[in-house]
Amino acid sequence: MPSSFGEWVIFFAQKYGVFFLRGAGTTLVIALIGTVVGFLIGLAVAVVRTMPIEDNSPRGRRIFYRVVRWILVAYIDIFRGTPMIVQSMVIYYGSAELWGLDMSPMVAALFIVSINTGAYMAEIARGGIISVDKGQYEAALSIGMTHGQTMRKVILPQAVRNILPSIGNEFVVNIKDTSVLNVISVTELFFMSKSAAGTYMRYFEVFFITSVIYFVLTFSVTRILQSLEKKLDGPDSYSIHGSQTVPEAVIKGEA
Amino acid sequence: MSQPIITVNHLKKHFGTNAVLNDIDFEVEKGEVISIIGSSGSGKSTLLRCINLLEKPTAGVIRFHGQDIQAPGFSLSGYRSKVGMVFQTFNLFNNLTVLENCVVGQTTVSGIDRVKAEAKAMELLDSVGMAQYIAAKPRQISGGQKQRVAIARALAMEPEVLLFDEPTSALDPEMVGEVLNVMRKLARSGLTMLIVTHEMNFARDVSSRVIFMDEGVIAEDSSPRAIFSNPQNDRTRAFLNRML
Repeated sequence: MPSSFGEWVIFFAQKYGVFFLRGAGTTLVIALIGTVVGFLIGLAVAVVRTMPIEDNSPRGRRIFYRVVRWILVAYIDIFRGTPMIVQSMVIYYGSAELWGLDMSPMVAALFIVSINTGAYMAEIARGGIISVDKGQYEAALSIGMTHGQTMRKVILPQAVRNILPSIGNEFVVNIKDTSVLNVISVTELFFMSKSAAGTYMRYFEVFFITSVIYFVLTFSVTRILQSLEKKLDGPDSYSIHGSQTVPEAVIKGEA
Repeated sequence: MSQPIITVNHLKKHFGTNAVLNDIDFEVEKGEVISIIGSSGSGKSTLLRCINLLEKPTAGVIRFHGQDIQAPGFSLSGYRSKVGMVFQTFNLFNNLTVLENCVVGQTTVSGIDRVKAEAKAMELLDSVGMAQYIAAKPRQISGGQKQRVAIARALAMEPEVLLFDEPTSALDPEMVGEVLNVMRKLARSGLTMLIVTHEMNFARDVSSRVIFMDEGVIAEDSSPRAIFSNPQNDRTRAFLNRML
């Protein structure tokens, strides 16, 4: 048996290496899918919530909008207002008890992380949308774009660019917070670590390794997102087309 | 006389208890170049913004070729594509290149195919002297250049009327000229234009009609010659004395 901290760490790394990697893989998959799906949910919710209700639109439609908005606000409040660990228990066991749904822990995990992230993303995306200069909306409307076209072509591309840092934040949070899913036996990194540690009753050494893995995951993801941001901003320079000898506007018929 | 393009009747706009527009009546005929002048806060910009419903009138009727633009079922999108707007702060789409700014409206609103839309955008950008900069993003060009692109963007929709909301007020003095040149050329081409401006010389030389606004009403509405050389209203006189 290993006798020192270092020996234990090496022991676990060798014996449970594949185990750790599999757990890390599961963690990454859940966090990635959860963040992407959550982002799409959040974007959709934010777009609906920022839709203007015209005073002259039919009464039925106005009431419909109001009900939809109320439901969306309730969704955001509930999922932001309760811990994900509790949501996991309620959704996983509740769906089995109430509807006899036999979800695998992995499916339940993807569902829970997505819907939980969606609630946060909805507010992040709404912040992104309302932070785009009002003049951008007005310019789009003034050339005849509908609200939907304005969103798709002008507002959302700018909003998404502006909230990329927050999306990265959510991704990092998700990588770490998938650990709570061990309560419904999802075989993510924390669950795997706990099993390994329990076998030998060596918690410190195992979770030391675990913390290093979490850090490597979040650090890499942060750097990847940063370079993605840079890429999305496009080049700082642009090329001049055609003649460069006429730097100023020459209006035909003027000059 | 043929039917006016735009008719405004008893237009009122209140922001809370503040009455910005008080009973405005006027018509715009095809081919007119109308300068709207007046002190800050006199309601010029609000009037312009009410015309394409960026601002919702408190009361009154605005007609486009005789049709009430606030009537239920009226296609606001179609109307706005025919009544273009050039803003004080340019408002170019920041996420799109110069070329795309002039293409996106044509393809999404008018359903014109890309090749044709690009050709048209190129032609217009060339006419405002911006053809070299098609690949640039708005943040990479100067204010005067942005405004010329914004004019090309509005023209790409083939508007019947173009509204200018203080198009040179946010520009450095040396860039004002390049934008006014483009507008002068447009005026000569016969485009119907409504221009809110503080450029008195431009208003006098280019417009076919000048509207002087004061405290939410049209105080004087006349030919540029009449307004600038023989103003009837005391307040017009006082205003012009300050400006000229």
